[in-house]
Amino acid sequence: MSEHVLPKRLYFVIFVSLVVLTAITTGVAFIDLGPFNTVVALVIAVFKATLVVLFFMHLKYQTGMTRVVIVAALLWLAVLIGITMSDVFTRHWTEKGSSWQRSSIISPYRQTASAAPRLPRRA
Amino acid sequence: MADAHVSAAPVAHQFDDFQQQTVADTFGMWLFLATEVLFFGGLFCGYSLYRNLYFEAFTAGSHLLKIQYGAFYTVLLICSSLTMALGVRAAQLRQKHALTIYLILTWIMGFAFVYVKLRYEWYGDYLEGLIPGVNWAPSRESLEMVNHFHATLPHLALFFIFYFCMTGLHALHMIVGLGLLTTLLIFTQQGKVTGGNYNWVEIVGLYWHFVDIVWIFLFPLLYLIGGRYV
Repeated sequence: MSEHVLPKRLYFVIFVSLVVLTAITTGVAFIDLGPFNTVVALVIAVFKATLVVLFFMHLKYQTGMTRVVIVAALLWLAVLIGITMSDVFTRHWTEKGSSWQRSSIISPYRQTASAAPRLPRRA
Repeated sequence: MADAHVSAAPVAHQFDDFQQQTVADTFGMWLFLATEVLFFGGLFCGYSLYRNLYFEAFTAGSHLLKIQYGAFYTVLLICSSLTMALGVRAAQLRQKHALTIYLILTWIMGFAFVYVKLRYEWYGDYLEGLIPGVNWAPSRESLEMVNHFHATLPHLALFFIFYFCMTGLHALHMIVGLGLLTTLLIFTQQGKVTGGNYNWVEIVGLYWHFVDIVWIFLFPLLYLIGGRYV
């Protein structure tokens, strides 16, 4: 049978771990770690999500096909975010844009010293 | 022993037996959740992009949200995930009474989430003039926060648009989940779950846990990120 009846104790252990991790992530937010605040918050979130997927959603006991679906979902999410980021944050690498880009739209955001005209900004 | 129950379960004619149907149903739900990852992914992608571009405004916006609400929702959803998981376990063991109780508990916590969000948090945001396009008139304290982080008001509005779209889409999923739980409760009372297809509970459980996972990421991204120290 594909039915794996897990002991109640396991569910409670996962539950307590999730609550403790929530407390930790909330507490850490009040400590100044510089850029590592973001890193710690995301690492804890990924860890919590993994616990939920493995035990509450029984991934540990599913067929290999299910794992393929999850990997595919995460892969496409990585493609979506990765390619968007690599587009926007490399635009300022070239001083002048390609022929198909107007110079004003190359890098309105992170500008090098003398590059493209600034977008109007409100004070 | 389990086979005695299984033989009573309805099997659609395209499946060889109950077990094949169960595996196919569960797999279908995972496929749907994969599309949901990308559905939310668009918002997460946009959020990451604009947070990097307008870092100061997003930090200021994060400080304007009330962390108590975020932490409360997180714990509430984790509790509801626990009762849902225990409900699935009860369904596996064909315990009708326990299943009913766990489903009701899960429903109550899900409803509390949506109610507190709409009635208190969003209504509070509305009164503070923090809803772009509806009532956008940030208070003096909000403006001081914006100045403190050297942010600009239009970029702060962008943060709040992301905040309302992301939590709004999540709340919509919670409401759909409440509907699924209600349906499940009715089926349980009719004996269709414990006497028939217990796997429905597993499938609704997968959906419920997925919505919980989305919140597990929304909480740090919206409420915590950038730190809460000023």
